[in-house]
Amino acid sequence: MHAAHSSEAHLAHHFPGVKAQFEAGKLGMWIFLATEILLFGGLFCAYAVYRANHPEIFIYAHRYLDNLLGGINTAVLIFSSFTMALAVRAAQLGRQKALQRLLSATIACGFVFLGIKYVEYEHKWKEGLLWGKRFKPVHEEKAAPREVPPPKALTWVNPEERSTLAPPADPPAGLAVRPAEAHGEHIVPQNVQLFFSVYFVMTGLHGIHVVAGMIVLSWILLRARLGEFSAAYFTPVDLAGLYWHLVDLIWIYLFPLLYLIH
Amino acid sequence: MAEHESFVHVVPFGVLVRVWAALMVLTVITVAATWVDLGSFNLFLALAIATFKASLVVLYFMHMRYDHPFNAIVFIGSLLFVMLFVVLALLDTQAYQPELIPGYAPGMGK
Repeated sequence: MHAAHSSEAHLAHHFPGVKAQFEAGKLGMWIFLATEILLFGGLFCAYAVYRANHPEIFIYAHRYLDNLLGGINTAVLIFSSFTMALAVRAAQLGRQKALQRLLSATIACGFVFLGIKYVEYEHKWKEGLLWGKRFKPVHEEKAAPREVPPPKALTWVNPEERSTLAPPADPPAGLAVRPAEAHGEHIVPQNVQLFFSVYFVMTGLHGIHVVAGMIVLSWILLRARLGEFSAAYFTPVDLAGLYWHLVDLIWIYLFPLLYLIH
Repeated sequence: MAEHESFVHVVPFGVLVRVWAALMVLTVITVAATWVDLGSFNLFLALAIATFKASLVVLYFMHMRYDHPFNAIVFIGSLLFVMLFVVLALLDTQAYQPELIPGYAPGMGK
């Protein structure tokens, strides 16, 4: 009786019924999520173009990201998505206490995620691994153009096989083996700051979405405490959950694309 | 209660737990896959696993499997437009970038 009453109480007059209102709310949320995907799509496009043009920068620079911290954050976000899905389920079943606890757990996961992100950002700030012109690495001169020393004469000849013949003339400069290129790993590519620009914009925008999701979920938690939701009316919980899952969805792509470059 | 039972689908607890477990296992696989050198296939594999994980989240956590199909059209439509955007931008940069500044784009095979 009470459920039926509260479901009618939330029905806006321009909807023919509760089902139509629920479906319209969901469709509106999905259209909003589509615009979010297009927003991040621009950044993924920038990532794709930079990486296609400069794979060496991405291979070099991704080592400065901590895979362990990134992995833990992935697990935290996936767990928060799980608690959010359970929260929607609790709301659908009218379990008030469980709904409040699961929403709190989801918000707490958001705090853990942001805390770990803070540790990562702070480390990069101290190391000077920042975007664009702010890129000033502390420990190594990574952005400096690589110096090519003049080719040494004949140091590459095996000393065991000493020959009495006169050493050949130095190869022309164009053919000289540059020491940096001889050992592939030690090449420091130019414009490494490109990677950190992409990294900070993508994770930064994602972080802003995490904060926004936490604010929305806090509002939903407040309304849940006031007893606004029931088995008959849980649409706001469901829609906030959709947003939170999208944030998780984007991180699922950001983690391998930024941290796990091979 | 029967009135809203007709359009609200409650995902069973067991399904949600299994989806979560699958997501965690796939995350470990994604990390482990970077320890093996597969050349350019590594990127493809990482994206394939990420897409599979994203599908699990969308289908079960976001209820798309039980939802009105029009929501899926909106969602997949946005993904198609993102793909179109990325593919055209890549084709364009592949066609012009190596000639704009010689040696500037070593990643492009020209």
